[in-house]
Amino acid sequence: MARAEATAAANPEAEFPASGRAVDSATAERQKKFYHDMLLIRRFEEKAGQLYGMGLIGGFCHLYIGQEAVVVGMQATLEPKDQVITTYRDHGHMLAAGMDPSGVMAELTGRSSGYSKGKGGSMHMFSREKNFFGGHGIVGANVPIGTGLAFANRYLRNGAVCITYFGDGAANQGQVFESFNMAALWKLPVVYVIENNQYAMGTAIRRSTAEVELFKRGSADDIPGEPVDGMDVEKVYEAGRKAVQWTREGKGPYVLEMKTYRYRGHSMSDPAKYRTREEVQQMREKHDPIDTFGARLVRNGVMRDDELKAVDREIRQTINHAAEFATDSPEPSPDELYTDVLK
Amino acid sequence: MTQILMPALSPTMEEGKLAKWNVKEGDTVKPGDVLAEIETDKATMEFEAVDAGRVAKILVPEGSEGVKVNTPIAELRQEGEESDAPPARVPATETKSIKQGAGPRPVEMHKPVPVRTPEKAVDRAAALPEEIPSGAEFVTMTVRDALRDALAEEMRRDDTVFLMGEEVAQYQGAYKVSQGLLEEFGDRRVIDTPITEQGFAGLGVGAAFGGLRPIIEFMTFNFAMQAIDQLVNSAAKTLYMSGGQMGCPIVFRGPNGPAARVAAQHSQDYSSWYAHVPGLKVVSPYFAADAKGLLKAAVRDPNPVIFLENEIVYGRSFPVPKLDDFVLPIGKARVIREGSGVTLVAHSISVGLIMDAAEELAKEGIEAELIDLRTLRPLDAETVIRSVKKTNRVVTVEQGWPVCSIGSEIAALVADEAFDYLDAPPSRVTGKDVPMPYAANLEKLALPSIADVVSAAKRVCYR
Ligand SMILES: Cc1ncc(C[n+]2csc(CCOP(=O)(O)OP(=O)(O)O)c2C)c(N)n1
Ligand SMILES: [Mg+2]
Repeated sequence: MARAEATAAANPEAEFPASGRAVDSATAERQKKFYHDMLLIRRFEEKAGQLYGMGLIGGFCHLYIGQEAVVVGMQATLEPKDQVITTYRDHGHMLAAGMDPSGVMAELTGRSSGYSKGKGGSMHMFSREKNFFGGHGIVGANVPIGTGLAFANRYLRNGAVCITYFGDGAANQGQVFESFNMAALWKLPVVYVIENNQYAMGTAIRRSTAEVELFKRGSADDIPGEPVDGMDVEKVYEAGRKAVQWTREGKGPYVLEMKTYRYRGHSMSDPAKYRTREEVQQMREKHDPIDTFGARLVRNGVMRDDELKAVDREIRQTINHAAEFATDSPEPSPDELYTDVLK
Repeated sequence: MTQILMPALSPTMEEGKLAKWNVKEGDTVKPGDVLAEIETDKATMEFEAVDAGRVAKILVPEGSEGVKVNTPIAELRQEGEESDAPPARVPATETKSIKQGAGPRPVEMHKPVPVRTPEKAVDRAAALPEEIPSGAEFVTMTVRDALRDALAEEMRRDDTVFLMGEEVAQYQGAYKVSQGLLEEFGDRRVIDTPITEQGFAGLGVGAAFGGLRPIIEFMTFNFAMQAIDQLVNSAAKTLYMSGGQMGCPIVFRGPNGPAARVAAQHSQDYSSWYAHVPGLKVVSPYFAADAKGLLKAAVRDPNPVIFLENEIVYGRSFPVPKLDDFVLPIGKARVIREGSGVTLVAHSISVGLIMDAAEELAKEGIEAELIDLRTLRPLDAETVIRSVKKTNRVVTVEQGWPVCSIGSEIAALVADEAFDYLDAPPSRVTGKDVPMPYAANLEKLALPSIADVVSAAKRVCYR
């Protein structure tokens, strides 16, 4: 696939009609799953916010609310052998990867039944089984690691691809540029997904970044890149499919810049003086990835309104169960303090 | 009916002021609407609705101070509560689901280290360096404000001093240490950076070579690991490598050590890392007066100074002298309590710990002598040795890991210079030799406690 082609095909309306026209059953199934998975992440994060407010979750807790379409659309392009690695804003990535909401929530509350036995917390969770490689607290540090996973894939000729997520703020770290060069040099199977939610903590992208079109970041190394509407799960899916195919075919890395938005504060203690309430409200009302997609499904006759509501009810139950599990589970045993330091 | 509880809005928040209600009884709200404004010691934050519903009752009026986290502040009736909501629908916000007994009790386990007040006579004397002239007046202020004042005073004094780091300007500092500085000094001298620690640390070194006096803030020292090459290979070594021509007058500062529940990658004490490096000075105060006087000294020092602060200590209040230009010498420890039973040595937040331990020990008839190191490099060996020669026993206390720690260094020093005076082997109380766990119970076990210090002190006293 040529680079020009990749950009042109980012318009998915040809394949996904905006309204009225019927979709085939495979597409309908995929779309229903998109809706379910995005809503699962939304409800999970709302609950995590509540538990934090009650003091049941401590430390940092970075919510993914607003960005759900990115990870849900991307995950649908992957095979089980493919890997995912991301930052501390990782709850959504874990749920999309199929990790158990109860196990994730129990890690947030620091209990023994959490994915890291309560020892990692919100920012540091992993699942070998689901090929989820964390959950990393140091901005930028997961990017060379994702590149290394891709290196291993090529070395082993296992056909797997690594999706490496990071933020607009992280995009400025030196090790990102170092990774791009190596990935391009050795044609590694990695897709770099920049989740450009416009802010790094309290810093709007324009105040930290000379060239704000982040999809161009790989151009010095001749890595193809494209901007994607990260509030539209189908557009994410379409762009992701092409990027994954490109890198799986051995053509080297690919950069996708997802234009997205976080509704909540950076972490829980965010005075939010760096943007207006109207800006947030505007995104919520006009571009919400779940509401707009739900409306589209109804318009296209894929799901009825009451079916959307039923999905919500079922998810709320799952999440309530996860919260109960996470608050009922015991803390790790004191012996765990000294385990897992070395093998 | 759902109770809305006073939220915890930061890792260290215990209580806050309910500054303002943005809704009144009877209002309907939807997710994202601002319910109230809540003031913590760090900031005023807006508290948003998570669920849709109608505000049925406001339980805590606006203007209420010291509202404890988890106190019910209002009641919300959710729309369609009866129809599609079985009772279990919103358990997390209902008081009944705050599990007691079965699991740990979340509110207590969330509690940060209690705030010390300087009311007690011993504390007040302890908090004041002897370098303060007699007759000086004092104000009580937080360590955060003392540091801020030091920065502002040095920037007023010398135009070549500037502050650079992530979120230092518009956001007023991630931990609010640089509050108001952008307003006073403008964006030429208070500069927000991209998240590029190695880049701006190295840029700071270059600016120092070029005649400026940079103060480089790391949001926390955990992130200085991205930049440590510039601190060690460039800042520390260049004077030597240039045969004395160059020199690098720069301050690298920020919070060091564990905060609360932020887990392994954000909870490390780097004291001994930097104390290891020739060509650096390393300062790590506890009290507000020391923080102020030593930061001013660090800015004026012609060498690179690593200035290690502590997030939890930022909010503690101590007396600070009202003097026009209060500068303390780098490299001097301070005896903050005299005693003859055992010497306890600490720096930064662990000074608070040895003060508490000393009270416990006094109840058991052991009078501890307490030393606040204040500077880690050059280490004030003389003050430590003098004390050990008097008490014949020493316990070191720090949050860092035990291997090659500040305590290891002091133990070696004491063995070297006061061996014949020792009645017991030196003892080290440190953070446990593991990455910091997230779980509340394990985190507590990983950190040195009053009980650890008391038991080590008793052990060296053979009690
Ligand atoms: C090396 C490093 N520097 C600073 C931080 C503190 N920090 C945590 S998240 C963050 C902002 C990152 O923003 P962005 O990359 O845009 O990701 P987002 O939070 O928006 O998802 C900062 C400065 C850190 N964790 N690591
Ligand atoms: Mg961002």
